Amino acid sequence: MNWVLDNLPLIADRTWAHLATSLPAILAALLISVPLGWVAHRYRALNGPVLTGAGLMYAIPSLPLFIVLPALIGTGVRDVVNVVVALTLYGVALLVRSVADGLDGVPPEARSAAVALGYPPLRRFLTVDLPLAGPVVLSGLRVVAVSTVSLCTVGAVLGIPSLGMLFTDGFQRGILAEILTGIVLTVVLALVLDRLLVVLGRLAMPWARKTAEVGA
Amino acid sequence: MNQLWEAVLWCLDPARWTGPSGIAARLLEHLGYTLLAVLIAAAIAVPIGWWVGHTGKGRGAAVAVSGAARALPTLGVLTLAALLLGIGLVAPMTAFVILAIPSILAAAYAGFEAVDRRVIDAARAQGYTGAQVLWQIEVPLGLPVLVGGLRSAALQVVATATLAAYVGAGGLGRYLFLGLKTQDYAMMLGSSLLVVVLALVLDGAFALAGRAAVPRGVTVARRGVTA
Repeated sequence: MNWVLDNLPLIADRTWAHLATSLPAILAALLISVPLGWVAHRYRALNGPVLTGAGLMYAIPSLPLFIVLPALIGTGVRDVVNVVVALTLYGVALLVRSVADGLDGVPPEARSAAVALGYPPLRRFLTVDLPLAGPVVLSGLRVVAVSTVSLCTVGAVLGIPSLGMLFTDGFQRGILAEILTGIVLTVVLALVLDRLLVVLGRLAMPWARKTAEVGA
Repeated sequence: MNQLWEAVLWCLDPARWTGPSGIAARLLEHLGYTLLAVLIAAAIAVPIGWWVGHTGKGRGAAVAVSGAARALPTLGVLTLAALLLGIGLVAPMTAFVILAIPSILAAAYAGFEAVDRRVIDAARAQGYTGAQVLWQIEVPLGLPVLVGGLRSAALQVVATATLAAYVGAGGLGRYLFLGLKTQDYAMMLGSSLLVVVLALVLDGAFALAGRAAVPRGVTVARRGVTA
């Protein structure tokens, strides 16, 4: 407990760096997965390749991916961009399936009704398909948020700031309290984000309260 | 791309493959850690998961454990174990097992829950005992889901075992951290590629095992539906 009180500025710094790395990745994963999931849902021939690719992506361990990315995108090994891109890729790998599943589950009657009312394709997608797929997408997004926050710590072994640096520093200097603080904060951060998503989901999709509760 | 080529050359140099700290030895070490950790974790998690799935007792606790574990940072568990248990294989192995248990536990009870209740009712009506229902219906029908859980656990351990070199364990991560320390990017990248290949090969092997684990009767029934 003393260690925590003596190092509050450091902890705040690491937490901030952690959020600055993981939040953009979660957001980017969502923005990429929606069109990609739509492609997998709309074009049956692409469904298999997209979902298989996502599965293989998810099998790749994080630290090696952080190290392979610089060779592909021309960044430095200790660049935070590698972690953001890698976490985005993992997020997409998980979320693309949720988006495709969610869109697959949209009742055909709702879609037909929108077509009959003269909705153009884009408007129908944004105002009918996507909201109806919302609860499934949200439960996928919650999984992505939790695993992104947890994976983000791995970058610390390469010297990329995050709460993970409390693990590396605590290990090097033999401070048990520092490692425990890091674990507790990472888990708390993940759970807070998860709850936040549930609340946002309720505000955005008031009709789906029950589904959102059951999901994930 | 040039860097990738150099890394591939690093991997392919036969001189690096031999010896007690050669690539072959590290690769086997990495694979050995993974299989041992999954085996120990399965020995703990499968009986508990089956018991939860069969009796329906403790389901809330099992769901909470397997869900909360997703938030657990692997590097944190690893460094904590290393600090508490000291140098040697026990510390990283403890961390691997802790991280492998949740997905196996979840798959063990989820596999049972996916069994059609009518099948179990039919078996009971025919006079099957509880043990017969367990061994002749729930276990074989739940097996493909369980293999899926073993697959996630194995991939989790392969990833964590790479990190374990940071706290002094062996495996392919050794080269990765040596390359990081000596600023040898070809070595870092080469060993990373080896870990990626190992993970993908394991993933493929488990995918095949998962397919083989589907009981013949189920396969025949599915074909009958589609034909």
